[in-house]
Amino acid sequence: MNDELLNILGSVVLNATPLVIASLGETITERAGVVNLSLDGSIVLSAMLGFVAAYSVSQSGAGSEISLILGVLAAMLAGAIVALIVAIGGIALRRDQVAVGFVLTLLAAGLAQFLGQNFTRIPGPTVPYAPISLLSDIPILGPIFFRHNIFVYFSYVLIFVTWFWLFRSRRGLALRAVGERPEAAFARGVDVNRQRYVYTALGGALVGLAGAAYSLSIKPGWATPPVMRGDGWIALAIVIFGGWHPFRVVLGAYLFASLRALSTVIQRTPEISISPVLLNLLPWVLMIATLVMVSSGGVERLLRLLPRPIQKMTRNVLRSDPPAALGTRFEAK
Amino acid sequence: MTKNQTLLNLALTLLPIIASVVISSILILAVGSDPRGVFEKLWEGAFRNSNALAGVLNFWIPLTLASIGLVVTFRAGLWNIGVEGQMMMGAVFASWAARTLVLPTPLLIPIEIAVAMLGGAAWGVLVGLLKTRLGVHEIFGGVALNAIANVFTIYLISGPWQPPEGGSAQATPPFPDYTLLPELSGEFPVSLFALVLTVVAIGAIFLALRGTRWGLELKATGKNPRSALLLGVPTERSALSALIVCGALAGIAGAYRVLFTYDSLRPLASGGIGFLALLVVLLVSMKTLLVPLVAFLVAALFTGSTRLKVALQLDQSLADVLQGTVVLMVLLSNGLRERLALRGRVGEGEPETEFKPIAPVTTEAPTYE
Repeated sequence: MNDELLNILGSVVLNATPLVIASLGETITERAGVVNLSLDGSIVLSAMLGFVAAYSVSQSGAGSEISLILGVLAAMLAGAIVALIVAIGGIALRRDQVAVGFVLTLLAAGLAQFLGQNFTRIPGPTVPYAPISLLSDIPILGPIFFRHNIFVYFSYVLIFVTWFWLFRSRRGLALRAVGERPEAAFARGVDVNRQRYVYTALGGALVGLAGAAYSLSIKPGWATPPVMRGDGWIALAIVIFGGWHPFRVVLGAYLFASLRALSTVIQRTPEISISPVLLNLLPWVLMIATLVMVSSGGVERLLRLLPRPIQKMTRNVLRSDPPAALGTRFEAK
Repeated sequence: MTKNQTLLNLALTLLPIIASVVISSILILAVGSDPRGVFEKLWEGAFRNSNALAGVLNFWIPLTLASIGLVVTFRAGLWNIGVEGQMMMGAVFASWAARTLVLPTPLLIPIEIAVAMLGGAAWGVLVGLLKTRLGVHEIFGGVALNAIANVFTIYLISGPWQPPEGGSAQATPPFPDYTLLPELSGEFPVSLFALVLTVVAIGAIFLALRGTRWGLELKATGKNPRSALLLGVPTERSALSALIVCGALAGIAGAYRVLFTYDSLRPLASGGIGFLALLVVLLVSMKTLLVPLVAFLVAALFTGSTRLKVALQLDQSLADVLQGTVVLMVLLSNGLRERLALRGRVGEGEPETEFKPIAPVTTEAPTYE
């Protein structure tokens, strides 16, 4: 494999990291039955706060390590707080989660722009490049996966931890029960709403971490309009595309990042003359296409085009049902 | 209702406003400015003279049109986030008409508006078909179509419609004067035609939702699509018609932005008004006749906020923050009111607001058949 291709694949992994972290966070939240629709705002807000916190701490003379850690914590806290407002509105105050989430999307983005107005386009601390000593020397895999920074490595760990927690642990069983059959979980002694608060906040904290991954690593700093605007919606769509399963969700995130990389490659290729503006359509067209693909109606229509024996197999791979109690309220009687 | 209950009810009504003022004051202090000065500038920006007031009305017209349209889609149980893109497509189609057709103004303007309605409605029905035929939730369909409309606009401005001196992606060349909506007067630059059109739209939608079979079918579709279908309501047609009406109204709003507010097509010509309209409708919980009033307050806030940059070097996103905080607080305090009502401490204020959990954001089999 040539070096250029390896570089591109490496950058795909790096650029996919925030999407991976945010969509895994939302997967956890939705598995517990809560929709946190505010992602597109809360990523932006936490990116801004993470950067500003890290910048301010480093200006006060603290070491860069301390300032980065505090920046990441500030971002995670912001994400968790926004998510908790969705949970409080949806559970304690019995509002429509979608309505609260939508309002927060706009509010958080506005807040980010307003509070961040004195911090635009200034250099600040960034998370250092840290190749892993032995692993990074493995041919092919090393340059692609192990020559990055801590955010990327954390996302690898997160993938497996999320999967293990959801599908191999007792608490994960309770978590899924809360999102599928809250009544049954309740009858078994699970405090449904408490679980929902905890996992919504946890998912939100991960969304905040994704914000920090932008402003402290991938797109360092802060600017208006924010560079990561729109990615929150894409992360939400990836969760659906991934069928609420961590591995498929991550696959979706890498797929999106690959296609983005492809579009920049196309832009640099003089033989292909397509307006660079139109390439910006790609993620959105792809978003609709993937959602059509996994929606039950869409799957059926596409499957009918396939020969019979393959139909059933493909159906099982593509079909994914959302947690049965997603977006609904539970009140113990 | 006892005196205590009345007081508590009053407190819960004022709570969101007070909380929003307190929260935004803290935020203003956080960026090192003076809250009192900011609120004075906001007021000044909106009401200092007839010109400023005209600015408020010019924001009110598209905002009200889009909000009225959203009342229709919410009635049908649809989260039409795509309204922003529907405005943009209205703007694009109106721009096409203004660039191509050469007709006398009185004839041209109705055509421009009609073409814009067509563009908005087409974009709206696309959201609907994605939902009913392909099972894509309208929120995701809408978000994607918004982005696509924006990219398309930038493509037109930087490509086929770029000014002869070269594309800076800022705007198309200005449209000729005879294609633009005329102003009432120099001191009070408002389009009388658009004003009348907006008032007519409010009345028409109010009556149609209240007194026609169509309105009733929309309501049935919104409340429970499955039982509506069983009772013989053509739910798919009903949902699509709501999106067509909303798209058409948003299309007029978009046309207004390019044919009056600006005189050319620009990126984001809709100015986020579609999203604001969603917030307006969340505030009034679908009471059509409250829309113009709330939209006026929002329009005043946003027009006033343009003053902040000039007078205080403050980012005008403060208006977004204020508006978002108010809507959030109203939503949450309505919840608080209901909770307290359940415990019998407050008299039944409003029953349940009409925003019940609607179909979750999933890929579930569409209920339209």
